[in-house]
Amino acid sequence: MSNLKKLTKMRLFLPVFSMILVMAINVVYDIASGNAPFNFFTISLNNGVLYGRLIDVLNRGSEVAILAVGMTLVVSASAGTDISVGSVMSLTGGMCCMLLAGYGVTNVSEYAMPLWAGIGAGVLIACVCGLFNGFLVAYMNIQPMVATLILWSAGRAVGLLLCNSQIVYVRVASFQKIGAYVGAIPTPILIAAAVVAIAALVLRFTALGTYIQSVGINKKASRIAGLSSAKIILLCYVICGLCAGIAGIVATSRIYSADTNNIGLNMELDAILSVALGGNSLGGGKFNLAGSIIGAYTIQAITTTLYALGVSSAQAPVFKAIVVILIVVIQAEPVKEYFKKRSAKKAVEGGVQA
Amino acid sequence: MNKKLLSLVLVAALAMSLLAGCGAKDDGKTTTAAPAGDTTTAAAGDETEAAGTTAAPAEGEDTTTAAAAAGNTTGETIKVGYAQVGHESDWRTANTKNYQDVFSAANGYALSFVDCDNDNAAQLEAVRGFIQQELDYIVIAPIETAGWDTVLQEAQDAGIPVIIADREIDAPDTLYDAWVGTNTKNEGITAANWLAEYLDGKEANILVIEGSVGASATLGRTEGFNEVAAEHSEWKILDSQSGDFTQAGGQEVMESFIKSYEGQFNVVVCQNDNEAYGAMDAMKAANITYGVDGDVILISYDATHDGLQYTLDGAINCNVECNPIQAETVAGVIQAMATGGSYEKTTLVEDQAFVAPGITSEYATTMTQEILDGRAY
Repeated sequence: MSNLKKLTKMRLFLPVFSMILVMAINVVYDIASGNAPFNFFTISLNNGVLYGRLIDVLNRGSEVAILAVGMTLVVSASAGTDISVGSVMSLTGGMCCMLLAGYGVTNVSEYAMPLWAGIGAGVLIACVCGLFNGFLVAYMNIQPMVATLILWSAGRAVGLLLCNSQIVYVRVASFQKIGAYVGAIPTPILIAAAVVAIAALVLRFTALGTYIQSVGINKKASRIAGLSSAKIILLCYVICGLCAGIAGIVATSRIYSADTNNIGLNMELDAILSVALGGNSLGGGKFNLAGSIIGAYTIQAITTTLYALGVSSAQAPVFKAIVVILIVVIQAEPVKEYFKKRSAKKAVEGGVQA
Repeated sequence: MNKKLLSLVLVAALAMSLLAGCGAKDDGKTTTAAPAGDTTTAAAGDETEAAGTTAAPAEGEDTTTAAAAAGNTTGETIKVGYAQVGHESDWRTANTKNYQDVFSAANGYALSFVDCDNDNAAQLEAVRGFIQQELDYIVIAPIETAGWDTVLQEAQDAGIPVIIADREIDAPDTLYDAWVGTNTKNEGITAANWLAEYLDGKEANILVIEGSVGASATLGRTEGFNEVAAEHSEWKILDSQSGDFTQAGGQEVMESFIKSYEGQFNVVVCQNDNEAYGAMDAMKAANITYGVDGDVILISYDATHDGLQYTLDGAINCNVECNPIQAETVAGVIQAMATGGSYEKTTLVEDQAFVAPGITSEYATTMTQEILDGRAY
């Protein structure tokens, strides 16, 4: 009993519980339709690469997981969201492919300039976007949503301009590898793992995490305590831009082309949702990075589950909404309070009877 | 002080970038094909520039007056206004070029071409502009289906015949004079007819990667295909999911299909070429062969240049196109109107289908390098 209580009191309990709940739907479905019960969780080696729905969730969820890292920090420090990340992804892809293919060229099978230069420039422009957002929020005191709204609309447009409004294909094996496989493992999974690991290590072994939370909780008090609040907020937006850049490169490499109209489309919403699903308050302050990452994979798990269940595309958004509402509601304070009170009441009644 | 300077520079840079964005998206500017031989090609030369450039007439006069003068003095040149959707794809560019070629001065037309850049308001404005310029005929490729009643009424009051091209609109058919375009339902029927012919009574287990939910191409292609599929009891549509007309979407859906229906399917239908590229990548990763020499028959729509290259290579079995070459048909209708001849209220432009080398079909053309090289887009 006390062990269970300890478990339910852990901060990550609810996000993890939600994810398991989503995946459990598949077990029920597989049993009902006569498949092996753990079909969803089976991982095998097919054609020399890892194969299975769980791998799909990890692979396809990479971009949102990477975005969630930056978004968590932005939310924590500035009590606002960066809604430009999807657009910045597209801009990054456009920049990278335009440089690799050459301006105005739509289809190449060899690089116009070295791969590192294309990727570097793409990620760099994403960082500049982050710097711009951060400057507006931290130094101009513009509301985060308004400040990032500028690049939300302009980022994709600039990307389209860079690519001359065409889809630019870079059909070179080394570029495609970023979105394909390294050995048996999908590369996006490795990239996402690396980003998460680096972020976790930096937050754990430096004071940055504490600084960010302190600025998020009270900007003025932190400044009086000697922290440069504005600089920390600026840094968070730059990190968020960097994450968007990395996610953009992954998304672009998957399709070895800069489809600037579609890359990262609406992905900022998934990133914000994963922060919320991870049990983080969008009001800033304390944050839980692991929760956000779990949230990101939960969103992908919902999508993959809907595919597995064969829910028609027209109805899928409704199911997605219902699942999201359930997850958000079970994490809501009043619901938590209710269960706490109930268990307390039960404990009292139990005591009386004994 | 330095900070202030930096902020000023940043703000200025932003303003510039926004302006640059607006510049490229600038619309409503009329490219008037002036009565001179080479101007049409000049206007069609660069598709992104087409919106903003005014084709310079050989005589060096102001283009708008040149076009007006030609109509006023001779009375023979037919003045046609075309409100184009935008320049969002190769398909659209080919469509624009086709209009500029057909309605050229050499052919006895003065074309007022407006690229509306997917802006509904700009398109309504463009049509009003045509009415004010008192053009002889107005051709509209509507961006949105609804909201046309008022402006069509204005055109009718001005006595200018209106031809709706390419897409459908939601207005009483008394308000416009003719409709010319393609029918996405027919594309679905063509694809299914080809499949029936190719399979010749063999079983088909079909997976469909649909386009965006609710898009007219998705609805039409699905409806047409399903109509034929219903006549074949040996066909079974296993599943149908949306890939949003994107390569990433097609890849993700196909990955999932492979897991759900491993070894059970032999036909994959992708509702555009981009989805087909994604599906091919997903099948390649799972070691499933497709195309002419493969286990899975791959059908795609759009027949873009890259898509046809894959068809020529035998990776896509059948590629059904939505024909952008519509101006000849529109010109035919206008000629009939001008000479008082008879014309159909709705005219369908014929779609084409292309099949991989080694396949011959009564519904489709077998792909060759010459066909690919000769494509307008």
